[in-house]
Parts: sequence; structure tokens; C-alpha cells
Amino acid sequence: MTGFSTLFYKEMLRFYKVAFQTILAPVVTALLYLLVFASTFKGRAGALPGVPYVAFLVPGLMMMSMIQNAFANSSSSLIQSKIAGNLIFILLSPLSTLEFFLAFVGAAVVRAMCVAVGVYVAAILFISVPIHHPLFLVAFGLLGSAALGALGVIAGVWAERFDQLAGFQNFVVVPLSFLSGVFYSLRALPPVWRTLSQANPLLYMIDGFRYGFFGTSDVPPLVSLGVVAGFLVVVSLLALALVGRGYRLRN
Amino acid sequence: MTTPSGEAAITVEGLHKHFGKVHALCGIDLEVRRGEFFGLLGPNGAGKSTLINVLAGLTRANAGRALICGHDVVGAYRQARRALGVVPQEIVFDPFFTVREVLAIQAGYFGLKGDDNKRWREELLTTLALADKGDANMRSLSGGMKRRVLIAQALVHRPPVVILDEPTAGVDVELRASLWTFVRRLHAEGHTIVLTTHYLEEAEALCDRIAIMKDGQITALDTKEALLGRALRKTLCVTTLDPVATLPPALLAKVRRRSENHLEFSLQKGTDSIPEVLEALRASGHVVVDLTTEQADLEDVFLELTQRRQ
Repeated sequence: MTGFSTLFYKEMLRFYKVAFQTILAPVVTALLYLLVFASTFKGRAGALPGVPYVAFLVPGLMMMSMIQNAFANSSSSLIQSKIAGNLIFILLSPLSTLEFFLAFVGAAVVRAMCVAVGVYVAAILFISVPIHHPLFLVAFGLLGSAALGALGVIAGVWAERFDQLAGFQNFVVVPLSFLSGVFYSLRALPPVWRTLSQANPLLYMIDGFRYGFFGTSDVPPLVSLGVVAGFLVVVSLLALALVGRGYRLRN
Repeated sequence: MTTPSGEAAITVEGLHKHFGKVHALCGIDLEVRRGEFFGLLGPNGAGKSTLINVLAGLTRANAGRALICGHDVVGAYRQARRALGVVPQEIVFDPFFTVREVLAIQAGYFGLKGDDNKRWREELLTTLALADKGDANMRSLSGGMKRRVLIAQALVHRPPVVILDEPTAGVDVELRASLWTFVRRLHAEGHTIVLTTHYLEEAEALCDRIAIMKDGQITALDTKEALLGRALRKTLCVTTLDPVATLPPALLAKVRRRSENHLEFSLQKGTDSIPEVLEALRASGHVVVDLTTEQADLEDVFLELTQRRQ
């Protein structure tokens, strides 16, 4: 697996070299959301019993940042390498499909974790956000960001132009992440919207991640864990099939 | 640098590749022997790059198979890719990294991380006159330097077979000469070299055997000497004592160029004879004071083979 460790290291080095854009910028964006919502809804009752609204927001913003950055990492690295032509150096190497996939997804998870830790550390300077179930927190963080990293591999392999990738990001990932309960509880939605929201796999990532903090959630945490794990398996199998076939990589 | 004994460096059998309606490779059969300096020539769109891409695993063939040192490029892709270094035609680079990082990463893909490989990478930088640019970002390098980094990347895992896809396109004369010195050295050290180039004098100077491709097929495959021997025409240049005003019609048909007392004849190999031309000149009252002959070069053969059916 030395080929894998090199590609994994290279993908991490790639985002580390532009950490201002890849880590710091999303942390600042999440904090701006927090600042705006905290000042607008100051003193309002929380969406979960016993949880102030501002504290309720923190896990959601952390997970939303993880989702968007995990997706952005693998997808932008692939599309840039494809368009610049330097993907050839990976394709000429003896790396297997699994090594290729794991390296891109692994780096996406690491970036997502860095952003999440950055948001959390900055948030707890101002707000108390307790952690009730750290293992659930880690499990949802890892599985959720891995799933979006794998979705990023699919989008990066599929897209042939930057605008196609931007379309995938802006019309699929961003709406699904915004409509996944970052800013509200599922219980606050009308029945129709609640049913529709339940088809969004990102909702279970955020709800389960929030359970790790507050020990309470809209959906039972093990159900959410099952949905997120299932989603990860589905997108991983699809990504592996595309990379293995050389779809839009090896003509 | 090892290859299994008794194996060809490259074996291609019945290779077909379609891109939509375009039949880019039409049943290619080819064998490149170990240690050969092999030229792959052909006009643009002949299928050279497609063939190279199939060998490199960058393109998948629709039918047939390709082996590098006996390893199937699909079924045993790990061994095949370890045995092959490819210098791509386009200058491509990763703008995030320095030259040393790029080489270390490329070696890492092949599982090579030890001191021995590090020494080899430094040797490559020195040999390719890149040592003082090792810590420079790839973006800051000139086109010629980037091309040299591509060569270093292709050699970082010491492959026994090296394919250079038009490595001197757009390269200045000095760099071209130094590249060929380096490639000759690689060949002398036992590497099998496959070269595609549009500079036919390079192929003529370097290659032992040459394949000429056209429309996805190999139209000629032979030693350089045998290919040159296929030329159908040769040139006879004659200087006469006095200006030539008239010539017999049979001679006039063979004249390609003429000035006052200089004539250039294009002669058909096998049917036209130099003594007969000289005798016909003498019989028509012209005194020959000087003559030279020019054998066809690879360019003549290339043009004859690639334009014959146009």
C-alpha cells in the first residue's frame, strides 16, 4: 500500500499548501453563519429540548462544513488534474482502483475533520457546546465525510468541465446540505416536508452528529448510523465501479 | 532494471481501438525487442499516440492485447506499468509542488521511497541539468525545464522500457541535442527506447528499426537501412561546361530542376541508369564537368509510404 500512502499524502499536501482557502475560509464562513443566526435568534428556545438555539446550530454547521469540504476536496482535485492533464501521472502508476479511491476519500475526510475542529474550537470560545457521546460524534464525522468524499470522486470522474462540477455542487450538494436540518429540527417541519426531508441522506448525518453532542436527536441514532453507512456503501461502490472501468479517465 | 529473459520489450497483437466512428487502431501487430531503439513514425492522426496510450494503460483497446516485458497491460497492469516509463507529448505538470516533491511523489506511487531511489532522483536532476531547480515550484519553470522534469518522472522507477512521445516538439536546438545525448545514454545502458517524432532526421540518426503508421495501420516495419533501401527515387546533379539550351525529350522528362549549366535529374531506382543519362548528355553535345548523387533519406521514404494512396 505504499502507492496508496503516497497518493494520500500528496492529496493532503495539496489542500495543506492552500490551507487559507481550504481550511480557514470554510471555518470563517461557518462562524459568520453562527454570528448572524446567534444575533438574530438570541434568546429563542432551542429546536431540541434543553438546548439553546445557538448551541443547536454548532453541530449542524460543523457537519455542513464537513459535507461541503469533503466533497470539494476529492472532486476539485480530480477535475483540476483531469483538465490540467497531470492525472496522467497517477494513471501511469501501478496504483489499484481501491488505492486510488481510498487515497482521495481519505484526504477528503482529513480536510473535513480539520474544518470541523476549526469550527468547534472557534465556537466554544463563545458558546458552551457539550459532548455527550464522542464515539457517535467520531462515527458520524468519519462516515459522513467519507460518503461525501466518495460522492466527490464520482462527480470529479464524471465532470469534464469546471461548470459541470459547479452544477453538481450547487444544485445537488449545497441544497441537500442546507435542507438537512442544519438550521431547524425535523419536528418543526410540516408533515409533507418532513417526509421529503427523510429521503435526504445528509439529514441523518447532521441529526446523528448532533446526537453525539446533545444526546438527543430527531431520528434514533442507530437508524441514522445505518442510513449513513448504507449511503457510504452505495456511493463507494459506484465510485469504485467508475474508477475501475476507467470511466472518463482511461478512454 | 530487469526484464524477464526471452521476452520482447513490447508485444502488440491484433489491437483495435474505436473512438465512435473513428477506427483509430485497425488490428496492429508489433514486436519491439529488448534493447532496441525503435522509431514509430506517421502523420498526425495516424494512431501513434493511441497505440502509446494503450501500452501505457491510458486508453483501453476494444480488441487485441498488448504486453510490456511479457506483462499484459490490462491483466497484469501493475507489472506492466512498473516496466514502462512514458514521456507524454503534452507538457503537463502539477502546479502545487516543487520539482523534488513531484519526483518523490512519482517514485512513491511505485512504492520507491528509500535512499537508493532518492540518490537516483538526485542523479536524474543532475543529469537533466535541473539540480538548481529542485526546490522551485513547477509553475516557475520554463517549457524546456518542464519537459526535462517529464523525462525524469518517466525514469524515476528505472523502467526497462521507455516511450518518448515527440519529446523534442517545440524544444530549442541546444536542449534537443542534450536530450538525445541523454536518450542515447539510456539506450547504451540497456533501456529499450520507443520514439515518436516529427523530426525524421532524428529517427534516421537514432533508431535501429522503424514502423511507419498511417490510418491506424502499420504500413512499413523494417530496419532503418531496409526502409531507406525502399526509396524508389534517387537524385543525380550534373554541372556542364556550357549552358544547356536543349535536351533530348527522354532526358527532359527526368529533369527536376535546371539552371544555366546545372541539371538535377530525379531517377527511378531499378529502371533509370546513371551511365545512360551521362551517355545521353554526351551524345547531345554536353560536356559534364562535375556530378553528385543523392540517396533518398527517411523523409523521402516516409512521404512515399504515407502519400502513396492519397
